[in-house]
Amino acid sequence: MSDVSFVRTEMLPEQAPPASEVGPIGWIRHNLFSGWFNSILTLVSLYAIYYVLSGVLPWTFQSVWNADSLNQCREIMMAKWGSTHGHACWAVINDRWLQLLFGFYPSHLYWRPILALVLLLIALAPVLYSERVPTKLLILTAAYPFLLPFLMWGGTIWGPISAALGFVIGWGVYTVASKQISGLIGIILGVVASIIWWLVLSSYFVGAMDSILPIGIEAVQSRQFGGFMLAILLGVVAIGVSLPIGIVLALGRQSDLLIVKYLCVGFIEFIRGVPLITLLFVASLLLNLFLPPGTNFDIILRVMIMMTLFSAAYMAEVIRGGLAALPRGQYEGADSLGLNYWQAQRLIIMPQALKISIPGIVSTFIGIFKDTVLVSIIGLFDVIGLASAIRADTAWNGIYWELFAFIGALFFVVCFSMSRYSMYLERKLQTGHH
Amino acid sequence: MTTLTDPPKEHFRLSMLLYDTRYRSATIQVIALIGFMLLAAWIISNTIQNLEALGKPVEFGFFGEPASYDINQRLLEYTSRDSHLRAAFIGLLNTLVVAVLGCITATIVGVFVGVLRLSNNWLIARIMTVYVEMFRNVPVLLWIVLAMAILIEGLPAPNAFRGDNPTATMDLFNSVAVTNRGVYIPEFLFSRSLGDIHLFGASSIRFNVSLDLIAVLVVLAGSIFFMRKVSARASAKQEATGDRPTIWHIQLGILFVPMIILLSLLGFHLGYPELKGFNFKGGTHMRNSLIALWLALSLYTAAFIAEIVRAGILAVSHGQTEAASALGLRPGRTMRLVILPQALRVIIPPMISNYLNLTKNSSLAIAVGYMDITGTLGGITMNQTGRELECVLLLMLVYLCISLSISAVMNWYNNSVKLVER
Repeated sequence: MSDVSFVRTEMLPEQAPPASEVGPIGWIRHNLFSGWFNSILTLVSLYAIYYVLSGVLPWTFQSVWNADSLNQCREIMMAKWGSTHGHACWAVINDRWLQLLFGFYPSHLYWRPILALVLLLIALAPVLYSERVPTKLLILTAAYPFLLPFLMWGGTIWGPISAALGFVIGWGVYTVASKQISGLIGIILGVVASIIWWLVLSSYFVGAMDSILPIGIEAVQSRQFGGFMLAILLGVVAIGVSLPIGIVLALGRQSDLLIVKYLCVGFIEFIRGVPLITLLFVASLLLNLFLPPGTNFDIILRVMIMMTLFSAAYMAEVIRGGLAALPRGQYEGADSLGLNYWQAQRLIIMPQALKISIPGIVSTFIGIFKDTVLVSIIGLFDVIGLASAIRADTAWNGIYWELFAFIGALFFVVCFSMSRYSMYLERKLQTGHH
Repeated sequence: MTTLTDPPKEHFRLSMLLYDTRYRSATIQVIALIGFMLLAAWIISNTIQNLEALGKPVEFGFFGEPASYDINQRLLEYTSRDSHLRAAFIGLLNTLVVAVLGCITATIVGVFVGVLRLSNNWLIARIMTVYVEMFRNVPVLLWIVLAMAILIEGLPAPNAFRGDNPTATMDLFNSVAVTNRGVYIPEFLFSRSLGDIHLFGASSIRFNVSLDLIAVLVVLAGSIFFMRKVSARASAKQEATGDRPTIWHIQLGILFVPMIILLSLLGFHLGYPELKGFNFKGGTHMRNSLIALWLALSLYTAAFIAEIVRAGILAVSHGQTEAASALGLRPGRTMRLVILPQALRVIIPPMISNYLNLTKNSSLAIAVGYMDITGTLGGITMNQTGRELECVLLLMLVYLCISLSISAVMNWYNNSVKLVER
């Protein structure tokens, strides 16, 4: 053995990486200044951020909160900062925020839309967070469609009850008839029974019950609805009703029954081919022409119908995408298990197809919620309609940034949380391995 | 071995319509058809009764009557003495103008933002995320109305440009005037113009075609044809010898020399806007309504396109890039020859639906008073004549035609770039 060794026998201690490669400095080097081009981009964007913030921050925070008109606002600004530029006049929001939120809803009844919103959140909880909330709450979810109009419009309690009875009667007729005769006949008879109840018998029932037991709360006219409340109301109804209709339309479009298929295709492509505003024209001008002479039902109800049909068509396409993305083997597997069409849909196809289409469904929700502001064009006083009215008011003539920032923030909060929720849901339902 | 025997032939019984799956589908279809026809008949008969009660039978004669309202932003000549049909035609062209402008701008901005969102630069990626989220989560109508408010309230009035010490000045070497009455940009003029061709005589869709424009387009097409010839020849030489001759200076020459000769022959010059009286004269006047609509629609749609572009680029697996660089392709060529063709297949279908959305959203023009087809046919014409049914149905038909033709064209393009599988 020679004592001259070429090979080091002991390991060198591990050295810490250079200070410029780790920690905040390393991060900055890698992410902001990794080359001359990147460095220029970083500097330009830093300047852009500075430019925007230096305008927006003083504007937002060095602002006037208490004034009666824009002129008074400007006087206060002149006195305080010596210029009227670069300072927000939040006084307009301070003055009108209740109106922007509730429209012309009677102020002593504000608790009703607020209660409806709270109940909505509670009713949604078992659906949205199914694993953390007791399933018993689903009873409230089922009752909510009838509670909502009662709270919003008020009037007699027998109206919503009679509407709910229609469903009960339809279901009863279906169960009896499908046991006695056949499932198909049962469905038809059930639907017919419900329609007869709603169109013919329900008004007598409501009248009779109202004279026997007059329970009710103060009624509110539709023209008093407005503001952000209207957007939420229209959005909730259109979203809630369009999902089931959309599923039915998508199944119809995918089905082997030619006539059903082409009816669905025609409906979907027609609705998707025209802008929502023309459908709202139909709601405000034509829908009364299409109904029996003398019918004159509520403008908000008409708008709800058209918005629901509109979003149902988009929903149908999204769900059809999910159905098409499902591997053929799933359909064949369901067939080989001997499941019939509806069992296969309910147990195998729909849970997977809906899961695939969650992002699309939620972006349709967001789209329809944003589109509710279009009702300002047919003369309803939603937020944008109210903003125009406020801008036309002599006291606030010439104000725009503050109003639109407020309205934009309202929509941003709702839409952004919806999109974040869909990401959460996607992660939660993720069962595949990637 | 087993032998299969046919099941005994059953005679058709009426109850099989309900219980036999072979016949039940026919039953369901017949019931659906009858239900649909009943509904349609009910609606039509109601409509006829209602219209009779109102004394307004369905007829389209009002289209020939003079419209007697003005359209301030228009491509073709139009006076208030022209018919309602002419007004609707001008409105349709306005819709198409804003849709085309919007689609082009939205694509440019959207691709730019989408690529930058994937940038390695953390700050840039965050800024672009903020832009996308901000525009996607706020209604487009709000952006349109806000853009209009900014243009009207935030920009200087024309008389701010007046005097020795004006508070506002024209931009871009005194050629563009940005005022609260709109933007005035230079117009193209020809001092030795070839004149116009008048098409369709005096009908409602009459329009003039400038011969100068045709000459310019013909020369441009010729130049491009020869440029492709030169490029093809260079490629052939590269195939044969391996060397690609330098051709960019020839290409530039072919593109510019004939065009410059033609323009100087026609006496091409720019007509600048000038302040005369209370307003600017000369140049092309783009109204605030057009600019607000265009800006808001394109920035809004660009946010969606950015997401599509980003998803499309992310959808191309990283192995493709690595394989391309293993073959020795430079990054630019990797992008052009490997990544983009594959990303485009993912990008194009949702892009089509966004173009369609932009076109349909352009109907919100009515909120800012831009006279598109909704503003003319569905707005003033409808209010003046009181023919809601005819106007709204025609309006829907027009949009349906636009949508269907855009999606037909785009689907054709999509099929032509689609990956051909077995």
